[in-house]
Amino acid sequence: MDINTKQDEIIEEFSIFDDWMDKYNYLIELSRELPAIDPKYKTNQYLIEGCQSKVWLNAELEKGVLKFSADSDAIITKGIVALLIRVLNNQKPEDVMNVDLYFIEKIGLQQNLSPTRSNGLLAMVKQMKLYALAFHAKNK
Amino acid sequence: MSLDIKKIRTDFPILNQEIYGKPLVYFDNGATTQKPQVVIDEEVKIYSHENSNIHRGVHFLSEQLTQRFEDARKVVQKFINAKYDHEIIFTSGTTQSINTVAYSFGERFVNEEDEIIISTLEHHSNIVPWQLLCERKKAILKVIPINDAGELLIDEFEKLISPKTRIVAINQVSNALGTVNDVKGIINISHKHNIPVLIDGAQSIQHGKTDVQDMDCDFFAFSGHKLYGPTGIGVLYGKEKWLNKMPPFLSGGEMIKKVSFEKTTFNELPFKFEAGTPNFTSAIAMSKAIEYIQAIGLNEIADYEKELLNYATEKLQSIKGLKIIGTSKNKVSLISFILENIHHYDAGMVIDKMGIAVRTGHHCAEPVMQRFNIEGTLRASFSFYNTKEEIDKLYNAILTVKQMFG
Repeated sequence: MDINTKQDEIIEEFSIFDDWMDKYNYLIELSRELPAIDPKYKTNQYLIEGCQSKVWLNAELEKGVLKFSADSDAIITKGIVALLIRVLNNQKPEDVMNVDLYFIEKIGLQQNLSPTRSNGLLAMVKQMKLYALAFHAKNK
Repeated sequence: MSLDIKKIRTDFPILNQEIYGKPLVYFDNGATTQKPQVVIDEEVKIYSHENSNIHRGVHFLSEQLTQRFEDARKVVQKFINAKYDHEIIFTSGTTQSINTVAYSFGERFVNEEDEIIISTLEHHSNIVPWQLLCERKKAILKVIPINDAGELLIDEFEKLISPKTRIVAINQVSNALGTVNDVKGIINISHKHNIPVLIDGAQSIQHGKTDVQDMDCDFFAFSGHKLYGPTGIGVLYGKEKWLNKMPPFLSGGEMIKKVSFEKTTFNELPFKFEAGTPNFTSAIAMSKAIEYIQAIGLNEIADYEKELLNYATEKLQSIKGLKIIGTSKNKVSLISFILENIHHYDAGMVIDKMGIAVRTGHHCAEPVMQRFNIEGTLRASFSFYNTKEEIDKLYNAILTVKQMFG
C-alpha cells in the first residue's frame, strides 16, 4: 500500500470521531499496539528531545524498505508516533524523503506538530525523513 | 468588601467565549493575564487619535503624548511606592529589566572572582543573564537551595554570603511553585553586608500590594502583561544611588544628551536607560491596567485569590495520585501538580480539549524541576476573575484524565 493510500485510510478511520475524547482514546489504544522498541535503542543517542515529551526513534533498511521503531514517554505522543510509523514503515527511502504528511492536519492533530517543539514530533518527522535521505544516498 | 466577580468578568471580553465548544476556563494567568476593556480601549484610542513620537517634537500631539507617558511613569511610581519617578525605567518586560541590571551593574561592580547569589527557584530569566555576566567577568554564581516544600533555606543563604558577594537576585514569588519568598528578610540580611538585592517581581506584582521602599530592595523588575496590561512593556525600578552609578545598557535615541564623534554624553535618569523610542502606547495602557486593579483593590484581590487557592488546594488534594509540588504555607494563587503514572503532556492535551487552559512543562524553571526530580508539572494559576465553579471544572477534567490514562 502506498503512503497516500495509508494516509487516506487513517483519515477515514478518524472521520467517525466527532469528539476529542474519542480521538484521544483511539490514540491511547494505538499507543498500546505499537510494537516495543528494542531497549538498546532507548538511549540518548536515539532520543529526539522535545520540550515536554520525548521520542526515541530508530530506522533500518531491509530489502529496500524502511523499518522504523519508536517509543515515547507520553501516551498521546506515542499514539501519533504509531500513526507515523504505520504510514512510513515498509516504504522506499525515496518515497519518505519528501513525503507530505497531510493526514496529520486532516485528523486535527497539527497542534501536536506545531513548531513549539513541545513534544518532539516535528523533530521526529524530520528525523524520519533524514533517515530516508541517508539510506537513499547510501543505496545510490 | 467582597468582589463582584460576575461584573468583573464582563470587563474582560476574552473570557466570554467557547474553546472546543466549551466555555473558556483560563488558568494560565502565571504565563500572561487577560486584559480588561479599559486597557484595550486605551491602545485603540492612542493609535486612533493620539499617536506621535514622544520627547521629540514641539507639536501638539507629541507634547500631549509625552505628558501622558510621563504621567504613566508617575502611576507606576505610586503603584510600587518608589521615592522618585526617575527611578522608574520602562523596559520591554521583566527579562529586559533583569538583563539591564545584570549587564550594567555587572559592568560597573562585578569583577573576577566576585560572587552573585541567586536561588534554585528562579525563572530562567533570572538565571541566564547572571550566568552570562559570570562568564564575561569570570565571576561565580552561587545558588540558594530549597527544602521539600519549595521554600528558600535562609540559613544556607547566610552561609553563601562572603566579602566577594556583589549582588543577590531572587524572585518574590516562584513562577513554578507559587512560593512567596521572604524577600524582606533576605534584603535585610544582604544589606547588613552592604550587598544590593534585585527582586524579580514578575509573579508577585499582580497578587497584592508592592512597596519598594518598605521592602527596601535595590532593584525591582516586573512585566505589564502579567499585570493585566499589554505585552512588550515592563518596568525596572532601581534606587537612584545605584542607577546613577551604572553605565547605560542599550544605546541610541533618547538616552543621549549630546553626540559628537569624539564623545557622547548621556541623558539623566530615567532616560539614560531608555534607548530608542520607548513603547509609550503600552506604557500608558499599562498605567490604565494599574488603575483598574487599584480600583478593585489589591488587598481585595489578594484575599479573593487566597480563597481560590485554598479551595483549589483542598479539592485537588482529594484526588488520589495527585501530588502538589510546592507546599509552602505562603503561596500565591498557583498550583503546580503531577499525576502519578500520567505524563503531564497527556494530561495537558486532554484538559485543553475541555476548554481549560493550564500550563504544562518545566515553566522555564528547569532547576526547580531537577530539584524535585521531575520533568515537568501541570500548573493552574488563578486570577481574581476566576471562580470556584471553574476550579470544579478542572477537578472534573483531572478525573477524566485519570480515567483515560490510569
